[in-house]
Amino acid sequence: MEQLFQQVASGLANGAIYALLALALVMIFVSTNHINFAQGEMAMFSAFVCWQLITWGYSFWIALPLTMLFSFGVGVTIERVILRPLHSAPVLSIVVVFIGLLAIFHSLAGAIWTHTVKPFPSPFPNVSFAGSGLIGAHQIGMIVVAVVMLALLFSFFRLTPLGLAMRAAALNPDSARLVGINVDWMLALGWGLAATVGAVAGVLVAPVVFLEPNMMAGILLYGFAGALVGGITSPGGAVAGGFIVGVLENMVAYLGNMLERATGFYLIGNGEKLTVALLIVITVLTLKPSGLFGRVTVKRV
Amino acid sequence: MSNMLEVKGLKAYYGPSQALHGIDFSLAKGSITTLLGANGAGKTTTLRAICNMVRTEGSVSVDGQSVAGKATEAIVRLGVGHVPEGRGTFTALSVEENLRVAAYTRRDKAQAARDLEMVFTYFPRLKERMAQQAGTLSGGEQQMLAIARALMLGPRLMLLDEPSFGLAPLIVQEIFRIMRRINQESKVSMLLVEQNAALALALADNAYVLETGRVVMSGTSAEVSSNEQIRKSYLGY
Repeated sequence: MEQLFQQVASGLANGAIYALLALALVMIFVSTNHINFAQGEMAMFSAFVCWQLITWGYSFWIALPLTMLFSFGVGVTIERVILRPLHSAPVLSIVVVFIGLLAIFHSLAGAIWTHTVKPFPSPFPNVSFAGSGLIGAHQIGMIVVAVVMLALLFSFFRLTPLGLAMRAAALNPDSARLVGINVDWMLALGWGLAATVGAVAGVLVAPVVFLEPNMMAGILLYGFAGALVGGITSPGGAVAGGFIVGVLENMVAYLGNMLERATGFYLIGNGEKLTVALLIVITVLTLKPSGLFGRVTVKRV
Repeated sequence: MSNMLEVKGLKAYYGPSQALHGIDFSLAKGSITTLLGANGAGKTTTLRAICNMVRTEGSVSVDGQSVAGKATEAIVRLGVGHVPEGRGTFTALSVEENLRVAAYTRRDKAQAARDLEMVFTYFPRLKERMAQQAGTLSGGEQQMLAIARALMLGPRLMLLDEPSFGLAPLIVQEIFRIMRRINQESKVSMLLVEQNAALALALADNAYVLETGRVVMSGTSAEVSSNEQIRKSYLGY
């Protein structure tokens, strides 16, 4: 039983990372209808920047905001410089640009920081308290930071005039222009915020998976899974989807291990976690194509 | 007294095809002018061209200020409230958010708050529906919301694209009555595009009749509605 709780807790911790990445993907999708395939590599690059700042002697809690600021700038620059001229380009051109960005960030990180795996120090003190043993300090930290980040973002979009303007620009660009909103800048701002959210995910997960240019490849797939399960059109859904995928993959592996111990028959285990995540995606998309919380879009033809 | 809107030699293009072939018209301050014509005559395009939402040539000035080369959002901030074809509701936002977002660019927040109260005197029904998701409003209410949203910009000029579209006659009459009040009480000049010529001529001071991107007749509403030829050919009554 204790092991079950432990699995749920670590599932939630992983889920926090997936939720952040899923949210970053959804933020860009709702305003542009594009999936940013480079989101994971951008997050990885940000994690490297944070690591660099820490090795230069900054404390983690100074390095993190600086990294977020840097990532925000990178996101805005990508939108303004690279994607703006492609505003009316066909989808495939955009996809190729995203793949290009993925390759650029990947090799740039390799060129600057080499491909050797680096440890990333956890910023969270290794204290033990009631219930310790169930969940590590870093895992609690991951969940807390992710939840704070999500709460801040949702209040920003719900409560501030700028957040409202950004939502309006994403929902109906033409109408947004007609109430005087500069839609182009709202898109760039959205890119900046998405890159910032992704950066936090990258920095939080780096102590777990260690720092190297490939670190986000698998994690981005989980992020996709979370976004698709929750509904690619729904920010709240994407967050829920991220947590669901995180817990479910651990549950399935846990049950597989139980089965093996009881019967000696190996059906499924830790090695098949990614497969499970992708199976969840296929199942949800087959039964409910807009995701669990997604909006069903009806088009008049 | 200068005109609120001055349009000279306005041409507009959708890709390679030309939708407006050089139209001229003007709108005196405080007046209501209507653009009439059949489907495809270029009425909606004219409104979109004024806001630079299509590729245009020619000159447009709002209250003596040229809008050439300005982005749509910059033209809107000159005091042009465009109520677009299809109402342009932010369907996923609440009624309140639809109105608040229109005040986003306004510096004078106190004035914006007063304008919200004014909007409620014109459209008391919207006040009852503040928390409701805008996409769930009836067609008439969404049209009211679209006009209210434009009013929240504190406009000097409103461009109204078929406010009667798809609505029951009683609702249309109510909306047109409110438009007249807005024109008189809030001193907003209006450029009204309508298919329903009888209704539009009853409200407007002046009228222009468009055919395939050209002005074929203009005059006061009385002149246009009494012209036998125009009535038969373009207005269909």
